[in-house]
Amino acid sequence: MSHDNISDDKLPEAHDASEGHGHLAVADDPFADPGLPAHEPRRTDIDERAAKRAERQVSGMFILSMLATVGFIASYASINPDKLVYIFPLGHVSALNFALGMTLAVALFCIGAGAVHWARTLMSDVEMPAERHPIEADDEVRADVIQQFKTGAAESGFGRRKMIRNTLIGSMAMVPLSGVVLLRDLGPLPEKKLDSTDWSEATPSAPIRLVNMNTDEPMKAEDIVVGSLTFAKPGPSALRPNGLQDSDEDFQEAIAKDALMLIRIQPEDLKDEKSAALGFEGVLCYSKICTHVGCPISLYEQQTHHALCPCHQSTFDLSDGARVIFGPAGHPLPQLKISTDSDGYLVATQDFTVPVGPSFWERSA
Amino acid sequence: MKKLSARRRHPLAALVVLLFALAITGGLYAAFAPAEKAQADSSAQSLAIEQGKRLFAVGCSSCHGLNGEGTPSGPSLVGVGSAAVDFQVGTGRMPAQQPGAQIPKKKNIYSQSDIDQMAAFVASLGPGPVTPTSEQYTSTETDAIAKGGDLFRTNCAQCHNFAGAGGALTQGKYAPSLDGVSAKHIFEAMQTGPQSMPQFPESTMPEKQKQEIVAFVRYQADEAPNPGGLTLGSLGPVTEGLFGWIFGLGVLIAVAIWVAAHTTKAKKS
Ligand code: FES
Repeated sequence: MSHDNISDDKLPEAHDASEGHGHLAVADDPFADPGLPAHEPRRTDIDERAAKRAERQVSGMFILSMLATVGFIASYASINPDKLVYIFPLGHVSALNFALGMTLAVALFCIGAGAVHWARTLMSDVEMPAERHPIEADDEVRADVIQQFKTGAAESGFGRRKMIRNTLIGSMAMVPLSGVVLLRDLGPLPEKKLDSTDWSEATPSAPIRLVNMNTDEPMKAEDIVVGSLTFAKPGPSALRPNGLQDSDEDFQEAIAKDALMLIRIQPEDLKDEKSAALGFEGVLCYSKICTHVGCPISLYEQQTHHALCPCHQSTFDLSDGARVIFGPAGHPLPQLKISTDSDGYLVATQDFTVPVGPSFWERSA
Repeated sequence: MKKLSARRRHPLAALVVLLFALAITGGLYAAFAPAEKAQADSSAQSLAIEQGKRLFAVGCSSCHGLNGEGTPSGPSLVGVGSAAVDFQVGTGRMPAQQPGAQIPKKKNIYSQSDIDQMAAFVASLGPGPVTPTSEQYTSTETDAIAKGGDLFRTNCAQCHNFAGAGGALTQGKYAPSLDGVSAKHIFEAMQTGPQSMPQFPESTMPEKQKQEIVAFVRYQADEAPNPGGLTLGSLGPVTEGLFGWIFGLGVLIAVAIWVAAHTTKAKKS
C-alpha cells in the first residue's frame, strides 16, 4: 500500500508544531530531543467517504467470518466423512476435512484481518509518548489510565461506529460455536457402562471362548507360542450367539472394552505368582486397553515382555502382572482369568476383576 | 605266539603280512565307502549346507558360536529356521555391525546364493520356519488389500504406525518403517519375529492372512491415495507440529511485520 495522494483542499493546514510534534532540533545542541515526527493524516482521517468505505470493509470481513462459521457447522452436519475430492496441489483429500479446515480458517482469519484493517484505517494513529512509571500506580495514574481507556474507546470509534461494533460482537460470539459443535462428539457421561465388559456373561457353568481376532476361530493353549502376540474377542455367549462380530451395531463400543491380547511366557520367567495363576500354562491374557486414557496398546516386545502404549509411552511389564514401569498410566492392565473347556479351547469364566481402561468419574475400583 | 615269532623269518611271512594289509585296507574301504557314496550323490542341499557352514564360520560364529549354539553375545540359532536367516541377512541386519538396543537395517553384503547357503546350514540345526516361496507371500485374491488393511490395523499398526511409517519402542528400540521392504521380507518377519517383534505363527495367523497383510503394506507404500493432503511423512504430531511452528508461525510473524511496517498516509500529490 503506497501513500494515497490527495488533493490540496482536503489536507489539513500545514503541519504545525503543536502537541509536541515536530519540534525542530536546536542547531547548537546536537543531542537535543528531536521529538516525534510530524503526524501525517491518513486518507480516512480527512475523507469521511473513505472512512465509511473502510468501515464497510471491516464489517464485511466480520460478516464473512460469520458466514464461514455457518459454513463450518453446515459442512459438519452435511458432508459425508467418507467423501474424497481432488483438490489441485493436495491430491485426493477428504471433503469434510477440507471444508472444516477452510471454513474455520476463513472465520478466524476474517476476524483478525478485520481488526487489523480497522486499526490501520479508522482508529487514531497519533503517536503518544508514555512516561515510564514506578510499578505501583498511584491514584492519579489510575485515573489517568481509565481516562486513557475511555479516550482509546472513543478514538477507536467503537461507540460511534455501531456497524463495526455489532458485527465484531457477532463474529466473536459465533466462532466458539465451532468448538461447541465438536464437543458434542464427547458424548454423555459413562455412568455404569464402563464397569463391566462382555466377559461378565461368562460363568464357570457357561464359559465364553476366546476367539482369535484374525481368524474368528477359538484357540487352544498350544496355538499361542512363546514370543507370539495374539488378539482375541469374546466368542458365543447367551447374549451374543455368534460372538462379537464386526457387523454388530455396538461393535466399536464393545471391542473398546472387550479386546484382549494373549502372550505366552516361559513359566520360569514369570515374576508374579498371582498373575501366573490367572493364566493357563504360561499363556497370559491382558486387556488391550491402556489404563491411562484408553488407547489400544500392545506394542509388545517379545524379548523384554514390555508392552508399550503408543499414546503417552506408558510401559507395562507383562511378565510381572502388567505392572506400570514407566509413564502416566495409573494402574496395571487388568488381567483376565483364563482356563480351558472340555474341548481344550481357551475360555474365560468370569469378568475382569477391575474395570478396564482409564479412570472415570464413577469408577469403583 | 611263540610259533608266530619263530616263523617271522619264513619266506612266506612277507606275503602273509601283505595279505593282512590288503584285508585291512579293504575292510576300511568297505566301512567308509557308503558314507562317501552318500556324499557323492548328495544333492545340492548338503553341498549348500557345507558351503553355508563355511560362510557361517566367517560371518556369524563369533557371536552365535561355531555350530550356532549361541554365546553370551548372540542367541542360539537352533530352530530359528531358514526364514530367519533369509530375513536377517537379506535386510543387512546380520552380521551385526555392533551390539545395541536394536540392530539396524543396513546394506546387505551377501549375494542371495550365499544367504541361501547360510540359511540351509542354520535350517540343518533344527526345524523352523522355511524361507517362503513367492506363491506363499503373493496373494491372488482381489479383496486381499482390504482384508489386509483390517488385519494390519489389528496386528501391526500399533508398532509400525497406521501407514507403516514405523515408530518408537522402549529404550532406543524402534519399529522400522515398512516403506521399501520387500514382500518376502515382510512375510518372513511375521513368520519369525525378529528382535523385539512378536511372531505371528501359522496357528494364530494363517499364511493367507499374512499374504493379505503383505498386499496391504505394498499397496500402502506404493499407490495408496492420501485423504489428508500432504503426508508430512505420515508421522502424525511430530512433523505436523514442526510444520506448524516453522511455517505457520513464520507466516504469522512475517504478516505482523508487514502490517506494522506500512501505514497509509495521505500525501500531497
Ligand atoms: S493412553 Fe496409554 S499412555 Fe496415555
